[in-house]
Amino acid sequence: MSSVTPTAGARPADAHARPTALKTAWRRPAARKLLLIALLTAVVAPFAAARWGSGSWPTGLGVDLTGPLGRANDWIIDNRDSHWLFLYFFGHISDAIITAVRGVYVVLLALGWASVTAGASLLAWRLAGVRAGLTALASFAVCGLLGMWVPTMRTLALMVVAVALSVAVGALLGLAAGLSDRTFRALRPVLDTMQALPAFAYLLPVVLVFGIGVAPAVLATVVYAAPPMARLTALGLRGTDKGVLEAVDSLGATARQRLLTARLPLARRELLLGVNQTIMMALSMAVIASVIGADGLGDRVYQALSTVDVGSALAAGIPIVLLAIVLDRSVGNRSDRSWAGVPQGGTGGHDQRRARTRTLTTWAAAIAAIVALGRVTATWPDTWTVPIAAPVNEAKDWMVAHLYSGIPGIGGTADWSAHYTGWILDPLRDGLQALPWWGALAIVAALAWLIGTWRTALTATLSLAAIGVLGRWNPAMDTLSQVLAAVAVTLVLGFAIAVVAARSARVDRLLRPVLDVFQTMPQFVYLIPVVALFGIGRAPAAAAAVVYALPAVVRIVSQGLRQVDPAALESARSLGATGGQQLRQVQFPLARPQLLLAVNQAVVLVLSVVIIGALVGGGALGYEVVFGLAQGDLATGLTAGVAIACLGLMLDRVTQPTKAKEAK
Amino acid sequence: MKRKIVVAAGAVALLATATGCGAADMTKQSSPYANAAGAKTVTLSVQSWVGARANTAVAQYLLEKELGYRVDTVQVDEVPAWDALSQGRVDALMEDWGHPDQEKRYVEDKRTVTDAGDLGVTGHIGWWVPKYFADAHPDVLDWKNLNKYASQLKTPESGGKGQLLDGSPSYVTNDKALVKNLKLDYQVVFAGSEAAQITQLKQFAKEKRPFLTYWYEPQWLFNEVPMVEVKLPEYTDACAEKGTKDPSTVDCAYPTTPLKKYLNTEFTKKGGKAARFLKKFHWTKADQNEVAQMIAEDKLAPEEAAKRWVRAHPQVWKEWLK
Repeated sequence: MSSVTPTAGARPADAHARPTALKTAWRRPAARKLLLIALLTAVVAPFAAARWGSGSWPTGLGVDLTGPLGRANDWIIDNRDSHWLFLYFFGHISDAIITAVRGVYVVLLALGWASVTAGASLLAWRLAGVRAGLTALASFAVCGLLGMWVPTMRTLALMVVAVALSVAVGALLGLAAGLSDRTFRALRPVLDTMQALPAFAYLLPVVLVFGIGVAPAVLATVVYAAPPMARLTALGLRGTDKGVLEAVDSLGATARQRLLTARLPLARRELLLGVNQTIMMALSMAVIASVIGADGLGDRVYQALSTVDVGSALAAGIPIVLLAIVLDRSVGNRSDRSWAGVPQGGTGGHDQRRARTRTLTTWAAAIAAIVALGRVTATWPDTWTVPIAAPVNEAKDWMVAHLYSGIPGIGGTADWSAHYTGWILDPLRDGLQALPWWGALAIVAALAWLIGTWRTALTATLSLAAIGVLGRWNPAMDTLSQVLAAVAVTLVLGFAIAVVAARSARVDRLLRPVLDVFQTMPQFVYLIPVVALFGIGRAPAAAAAVVYALPAVVRIVSQGLRQVDPAALESARSLGATGGQQLRQVQFPLARPQLLLAVNQAVVLVLSVVIIGALVGGGALGYEVVFGLAQGDLATGLTAGVAIACLGLMLDRVTQPTKAKEAK
Repeated sequence: MKRKIVVAAGAVALLATATGCGAADMTKQSSPYANAAGAKTVTLSVQSWVGARANTAVAQYLLEKELGYRVDTVQVDEVPAWDALSQGRVDALMEDWGHPDQEKRYVEDKRTVTDAGDLGVTGHIGWWVPKYFADAHPDVLDWKNLNKYASQLKTPESGGKGQLLDGSPSYVTNDKALVKNLKLDYQVVFAGSEAAQITQLKQFAKEKRPFLTYWYEPQWLFNEVPMVEVKLPEYTDACAEKGTKDPSTVDCAYPTTPLKKYLNTEFTKKGGKAARFLKKFHWTKADQNEVAQMIAEDKLAPEEAAKRWVRAHPQVWKEWLK
């Protein structure tokens, strides 16, 4: 929070040394913005404080939605089987989704394990090369070996439907935004925002309408996974080379020809990347949706967690990771690493052009063979499974027994957790909650404006105000303190690791697969080992958040450091700069955009896990969502969900520098 | 332009035919995974506490091995499980701790859920302290003396007050109201899930530290961490009535609840043998604890735990199949 000081410091300057300091400061835009905010605060704050009081958000400015929301919830439950809106609209949506999932599932079951594995490997091979094919083969075999065949097929069925829907919806939106400037302008902030929100916030509205089950799970997944597709489609279409378009125009192509023969093919890279991201996001959501009754692997993880059964959770978690890896490798994505938005060096044996030219007959033969294989095999044989739960649990118990407390010198994990809570989280939370509400608004406005535009500042401030209006100020400040502390830890660790990785190619090579796996692991799996290690409360939630956000930060920062112009580094070295000096004075300043992006990603990712951390005692807003879901008290849950969304929006805007520049 | 309109109209018409254009009742949609590939399926809801998992494990084992069904289990919390039960997304709820609101809405008004009788186990919720603490300070067992011990029960999470540890937000609890109405110097801290709560209690017990926790019977953890109940003001009907109207006014102990089973109404009619079996399912606290402990403490797979219990107690479950 070092950047808070400028606001505080600006005010005295504004009062005492006005004539000279003001003039020089006025020339610098950052100082100008700060002065303006400080002035505004100085004028408005006394009135606001006198009218509504200082301290936490005044009740006079709040709106209590519990009553109306509770009534809406009751009305929906009472009318779900009779009102036309449900019978003729939502009912059909739900019906169609269930039929589709069921159809895919029945087909997968009917094919049997051998042909699903063979078919998936073949598909992966054709789409992405031999290595991807082998990965698919091994992965499906492992899913079977772990005794997770049926749950894997369920998740796959749900995924197929959810991804197909997301891609369709996303592509349509993207097409509209890609072709029309007005739509693009309207849609873009919405899509950007949706990507910054924690998945938990999406669950409640669908539960409200559809209840619990597979249909709402698919819908929540679509809402969560469609935005990247829409975004990338739009960007791809808009990024078409002007020269090519002119050439096409001059040949007298119609609008449709232009779209089909020039713009879409040229946007292929973005489209593929969009599909890839959609798949990855759908997978992560499909796991989280187990909280609202999605069956499959996520449900197995969820069930295992409720008995502190880390082994079983892992047995279900591994197939999720493998699915993620297979899908990621198969559906073309080499150049851009997903939502971190960072280019990643290409390595793999992709050869899509060759895959295109496969003849129809080969395909027909392959499909016939697979179906024939399906005739002879059924579901995965029970005797071919390797139980890993017991040994994993033993290992975990040993860790708990030996690392929890009383290690001489460094203490135990329980001591760390107590110190983290007592020395960092509590003061930070108390500080944030004691901060006068208008002060918090001013600080957020200043931060957002410094990095972004007045628009982002306005959005950030309004989102924070919305939290207050909803009456969730104190829990939100609690969540915020957890996020800030965890982000700080993540950044320190992440920067340190990234610096090492950027220096040594070998460390980087070792790190890359680890990062890949960590980024695709379901957030749930992180929660229980941290409980075992750190007890319950806010500390384990923070630990899980740090572990989850670390890979993205490491990746972005090391990428940024490595991209620094070698010539600049070389000249620094020839001037006799030491390693530390190079880092501080050349690499960090030149990689500034990446570093800022890393901060932004860290904030977004940490928030998403801190919210889920409510399941292990994180409390605050996340707890209210869990409570709302668990007690069917959707009024509480929805209010908290909206507050989470607002908090996410605020944090994203406060840390988002790049967009301001692009928007110009 | 005209052609476009025609095409659009055609598409709409096609869509309408495809979807059937009739009413689609969301409350009669079962799980997409049910009855796939010619199997007869029963979908059981599982709640997060281990006792409920024990019920489901044994029911699943017997349904699969003795009656030839395929059983799916889905983890759903109690209150949402009522809704899912009403919609037919799950067929049975094996252990309900008393939800008068839901009972009235779904069993009496909508009739989409049917009472399937007692589980045979009686549940009791209360506040408990570890035996080693109660032995050293016997007067902690009366709620009136709790404030005396608040300072000993402080934790980093309880903010200067004593900590009353609660488990999952999904469980039936009046603890916040109780702390307020009994003027106790305590802070209710939610572990977030029962798993987290158990981990925490075991750690406390290992270090012989005092704690005060929301807990319930029957629970296998008592065999591991002996605990003694703290006496709260006596449960009365007047207090219960007050509580139903406004939960924040509760100032007495929790009732002792006979745990019940509920089935989807449609399922009771068409579920055949499975529905009859689930109605007859009835066992004791000792039976449930035996299975629960095998699952949670010995870390057996629920299926394996159920198998061992089934082998050891044929006289109990043979009754359910008749």
